[in-house]
Amino acid sequence: MKLNRRSFIAAGAATATLGAPALRANTKPRVVVIGGGAGGATVARYVAKDSKGEIDVTLIEPTRQYYTCFFSNLYLGGFREMDSLGHSYGNLAAGGVNVVHDWAIGIDRDAKSVALAGGGSVPYDRLVLSPGIDFVDGAVPGWSTMAQNAMPHAYKGGSQTELLRAQINAMPEGGTFVMVAPPNPYRCPPGPYERVSMVAHTLKANNPKAKIIIVDPKEKFSKQALFEEGWGKHYTGMVERIGPDFGGANVEVNPDEMTVNVDGEVIKADVCNVIPAMKAGKICEMAGVTDGNWAPVSGHTMQSKIDENIHVLGDACSQGDMPKSGFSANSQAKVAAMAVRGALTGSKVFPAKFSNTCWSLIDTDDGVKVGATYEATDEKIAKVDGFISQTGEDADLRKTTYEESVGWYAGITADMFG
Amino acid sequence: MTRIATYLKAAAVIAAAFVHQAQAEEIAAPLGNAANGEKVFRKCASCHVVGAGAKNKVGPQLNGIFGRTAGTIADFRYSDGLVREGKNGLVWDYERLDAYLDNPKALVSDTRMNFRGLKEEQDRHDVLAYLRQFSDSPQDIPEAQPTALSKEVELPPEVLAIVGDPAYGEYLSSECSTCHQRNGSDQGIPSITGWPTEDFVVAMHAYKKKIRPHPVMQMMAGRLSDEEIAALAAYFADLGD
Repeated sequence: MKLNRRSFIAAGAATATLGAPALRANTKPRVVVIGGGAGGATVARYVAKDSKGEIDVTLIEPTRQYYTCFFSNLYLGGFREMDSLGHSYGNLAAGGVNVVHDWAIGIDRDAKSVALAGGGSVPYDRLVLSPGIDFVDGAVPGWSTMAQNAMPHAYKGGSQTELLRAQINAMPEGGTFVMVAPPNPYRCPPGPYERVSMVAHTLKANNPKAKIIIVDPKEKFSKQALFEEGWGKHYTGMVERIGPDFGGANVEVNPDEMTVNVDGEVIKADVCNVIPAMKAGKICEMAGVTDGNWAPVSGHTMQSKIDENIHVLGDACSQGDMPKSGFSANSQAKVAAMAVRGALTGSKVFPAKFSNTCWSLIDTDDGVKVGATYEATDEKIAKVDGFISQTGEDADLRKTTYEESVGWYAGITADMFG
Repeated sequence: MTRIATYLKAAAVIAAAFVHQAQAEEIAAPLGNAANGEKVFRKCASCHVVGAGAKNKVGPQLNGIFGRTAGTIADFRYSDGLVREGKNGLVWDYERLDAYLDNPKALVSDTRMNFRGLKEEQDRHDVLAYLRQFSDSPQDIPEAQPTALSKEVELPPEVLAIVGDPAYGEYLSSECSTCHQRNGSDQGIPSITGWPTEDFVVAMHAYKKKIRPHPVMQMMAGRLSDEEIAALAAYFADLGD
């Protein structure tokens, strides 16, 4: 080694700090992750695991028990209990992630620090935002989060999902369930329609004369042929969909009266599930990394196009051709983890690869799936190849597909939470 | 399942074997349909081969399985559990094969056979009837072809010769672990840990060439290069130990 003045000073500095481990620890690069879901938990876990202690990882997540939104429809159908969807952060902590249960309430991009609701702030070298979704104010006239007890969205896993199930179980005989479906883009494209399937499954057993009405602003929706085939087969006459050609985009709700006004026609609802238009979790807006409703990113690294020290994952980002799903967020997290480690420790960086598969359950042992692979281009995350289940598949294949989805749930949650 | 519970279950199976031995040999076996069993065996064939020229793959070859003591093919590396049960006297007769196929881990708790079992009794009878043809007495093994999957794709030797980079495989594997668990758990989605590298490489190329049918795997394998497949094979081979 050539000893010049610069390396001599560096060597001296290292020696001087040997007796001060606390100070030395602070010289490690710091990664702060906001949001402990499919994107955030995964990126925190992978950076901590793969950097082998060279990077300090802090995860900021307000809830101590995380309930996955994926598979929550199966809870509505009675195929899963809520406990089976809950996950704690103990294994992440054991794996070296500093888990802070608090709300991030502000980001100072110049000082590179995150302010916490509980007081104090956390400095970062790289920040990863994976906050999921929030709802666009006023997207459905008459509805706000103040009305979410009367008309639940149930589009974040946990208490809202439990509330919706309780309401479905308490529906009067022959009652009406109305879903106000969201416009694109939104979390989990097949989600509303899997939910309709699961609600129909429950009602068919408990309340077979009940009706389900979907008020939908979209011309078409994910896995449409598969869902419509399944509804015709399993839930004949129960499900009606009002698309935009019949005023499905012109909807207003009255949570006090429990009515839904569709293009001037008033429908009385016994249960009303309002899934409003979505946007990136609020912290993205507060960080100033959004453009419109979502945060634009580079597909190569998941870095924000507005601030290169910030990566945005999952539902919150503008992710090109990828759908907003837990699988996508988990896939993006691995690309981000690799990019973050490469930037902070010089570890090897490979080309970004992404994939997604979304399974949906239509009825008992009747599972379907859609999926694709993606690559990063300079413009966006672009689709490479894909597949979708076919109508008319035999029962064995559908059952295998469902069993596969159960295996996937176990796989991805192990991948997220350790 | 606890060790004690496993032994109790094994003991119950052994007791049942004595009671039903005569029936098992004379009645239960003929109930199986070997032709159907050949189809059922496809579920086993990604790991096991039977028939003329069958070699060990992920699992041992199954010629002569009836009457063999568990864990005793000399050149196959068994789980500690199967070796232990073999020393304890586990011999593969009809009843015990039936119990093992019903739920492998209930009979041998720490077997490496990550297979959740054939839950339909008829499937078990059928597949055992099929296997029986390769077992009764070694000289009677028909000159059948090895099961199709053992040579599902013919790969050029230079592809098989690629030595995978496990570090690259580790990065690539993060795509696999969204579904396939690193601990080898097998529920709804197969285990991919601890496979011999050549079997892994052949399986992935079979998906890539769309010979194996699964659409997710065809898609995932479809964009992997020969080097990437070798890297994944190298990584996952080391992960199962």
